[in-house]
Amino acid sequence: MAHRILTQNWFKPGYNTIEGYKKEGGFSSLRRVLAMKPDEVIEAVKVSNLRGRGGAGFPTGLKWSFVPKDSPKPKYLCVNADESEPGTYKDRVLMEQDPFSLMEGIAIASWALGVHTAYIYIRGEFLEQAEILQKAIADCYAEGIFGKSILDSGHRLDVYVHRGAGAYICGEETGLLNSLEGGKGWPRLKPPFPAVSGLFGCPTVVNNVETIATLPTIFRIGPKEYASLGAEKSGGTRLVCVSGHVNKPGVYEIPMNLTFWDLIHDEKWCGGIPGGRKVKAVIPGGSSAPVLTAEELHVAAEYEALKVKDNMAGSGAVIVMDETTCMVRAAWRISKFYAEESCGQCTPCREGTPWMERILRKIEEGHGEPKDLELLVSVARAIAPYPPIGLGTTICALGDAAAVPVQAFVMKFRHEFEQHIREHRCPFPHPFGQLAEEVVRQ
Amino acid sequence: MAAPFTAEQQRRFDEEMEKILARFPEDRKRAAVLPALHLVQDMLGWIPEEAMVEVARKCETTPEQVREVATFYVMYFLEPKGKHVIDVCTNISCSLRGAEKLLAHLQEKLGVELGETTADGLFTLREFECMGACGNAPVLQVDSRFHMDMTLEKADRLIESLRAQAAEKK
Ligand SMILES: Cc1cc2nc3c(=O)[nH]c(=O)nc-3n(C[C@H](O)[C@H](O)[C@H](O)COP(=O)(O)O)c2cc1C
Ligand code: FES
Repeated sequence: MAHRILTQNWFKPGYNTIEGYKKEGGFSSLRRVLAMKPDEVIEAVKVSNLRGRGGAGFPTGLKWSFVPKDSPKPKYLCVNADESEPGTYKDRVLMEQDPFSLMEGIAIASWALGVHTAYIYIRGEFLEQAEILQKAIADCYAEGIFGKSILDSGHRLDVYVHRGAGAYICGEETGLLNSLEGGKGWPRLKPPFPAVSGLFGCPTVVNNVETIATLPTIFRIGPKEYASLGAEKSGGTRLVCVSGHVNKPGVYEIPMNLTFWDLIHDEKWCGGIPGGRKVKAVIPGGSSAPVLTAEELHVAAEYEALKVKDNMAGSGAVIVMDETTCMVRAAWRISKFYAEESCGQCTPCREGTPWMERILRKIEEGHGEPKDLELLVSVARAIAPYPPIGLGTTICALGDAAAVPVQAFVMKFRHEFEQHIREHRCPFPHPFGQLAEEVVRQ
Repeated sequence: MAAPFTAEQQRRFDEEMEKILARFPEDRKRAAVLPALHLVQDMLGWIPEEAMVEVARKCETTPEQVREVATFYVMYFLEPKGKHVIDVCTNISCSLRGAEKLLAHLQEKLGVELGETTADGLFTLREFECMGACGNAPVLQVDSRFHMDMTLEKADRLIESLRAQAAEKK
């Protein structure tokens, strides 16, 4: 295994208790940070080159520096534990295996940002995980990590778990804020950005679970060292969660220069494809990311390396499909998700997502006509033309998330779409792949 | 309108709501709507109209606003459901590992259409989107608790054990 700085204690018995966490040196980073000035902490996070792990890869230190120093209003930290991007499950495993790194990270961020109230917004389906967090929070209060004066610093910090109730859109940071305020999870127009006007109209930082849970590591090994372990503009290591057709699906802490090809095939990592089959396609960063062909897998699983290929590191979800998988079926299933989850606020997304789903289903079911393919692409382009990523016409990036993958599938696997249309059927005996037949019968 | 709670339920609701409301600023009680709806569903199994009125009163908002929220999120039930809710994920990662087979198998075993409840009131079966457990696909949840690396046989055993539990309680 490569150098692990975040997950080295995962799955060790007792590590996910507060005693076990302390035994491994837990909360020493918080002590170190409390001896620094808040501005120095923000500066150190900038130096570390930590990038947000929620999807957009925004530099964390820079985001923190947008919070106005002189605002008379309270400031809030919202930890995004909504984790609903299809394929993504790293934050869940992190919360199960290492809840106290998240707690320590919350305390570190709160000191740096002058926050006295932090909310962890966790998707409603993570009931057991919410219970784990609740217990961890109670332990932190009991140990003086949270409460009236964190580690006798004089800094007050209250931390609460807030459960969502089943809506993908609440992972989008402003949808999250509206949900936390007790409303529908409709995203807000930006600007103003949450750092200036977020929760209850106050300055708010929204960060992903992994982003926050990485902070103790940064201050343990030092921000310069952390930066040096990564790529030029992406410090440290990152978590990916691999699913689909691989021998060893799971959460892996990877170096920034690891390629998708090696991640999938190397014995150290996912150990190849079941049945010795060949890989056909890989979604590199959650279902919103453009699909990669087998030939494109020799790219590093890192923010900038993917960006120059008009792709994205996204949420770290790597979805692997072998040569027996139907690309039309895969595109349809992803499309169905966005059609269900569009919040209904913006017309192109509300109308376009179900339309794309219907066209894809029509083609997959063998009723497609040659003109459908052009229609499909034109509907997708009206929501967000691709490439590049980021030209969406909607308030939030759910529109892009729905439209970009469809265009990528058609662009890179056009021959499969055309074959469906020509032959009036799906040519694959098992559209989700041979393995889909095998696994559930074991 | 009839009271949604028994006296004892009302006491629990009042007590828990006090704790929930303490998490938010005095003038932002509406923020307690989602936790309040979870609480109601926890107590009653679903969220009747009268309970929404009660939630609105506590959270200093309108019943219309509470209803808007309750209908926006898929985890809230606005009519009675089965004793156990089985949500089967069929999103991409689960489908790549046989989720469609699993769902069809459960549908046949329980003899219900998607979204329906079995005649004995024991199970509501639903198709669900990604649950954040894709590395252990296929997965399902029973009452928001995970069952991972499912096979058809494991699904059978799960249903049988839930049925046995219910029979025992009778
Ligand atoms: C539709 C949509 C869904 C999102 N879902 C999540 C999510 O589940 N978890 C998450 O951390 N970020 C999610 N994001 C990204 C957030 O908007 C935000 O960028 C992130 O939480 C910021 O944290 P970071 O800077 O630490 O990455 C989503 C974005 C969009 C557009
Ligand atoms: S796709 Fe089923 S849990 Fe993610």
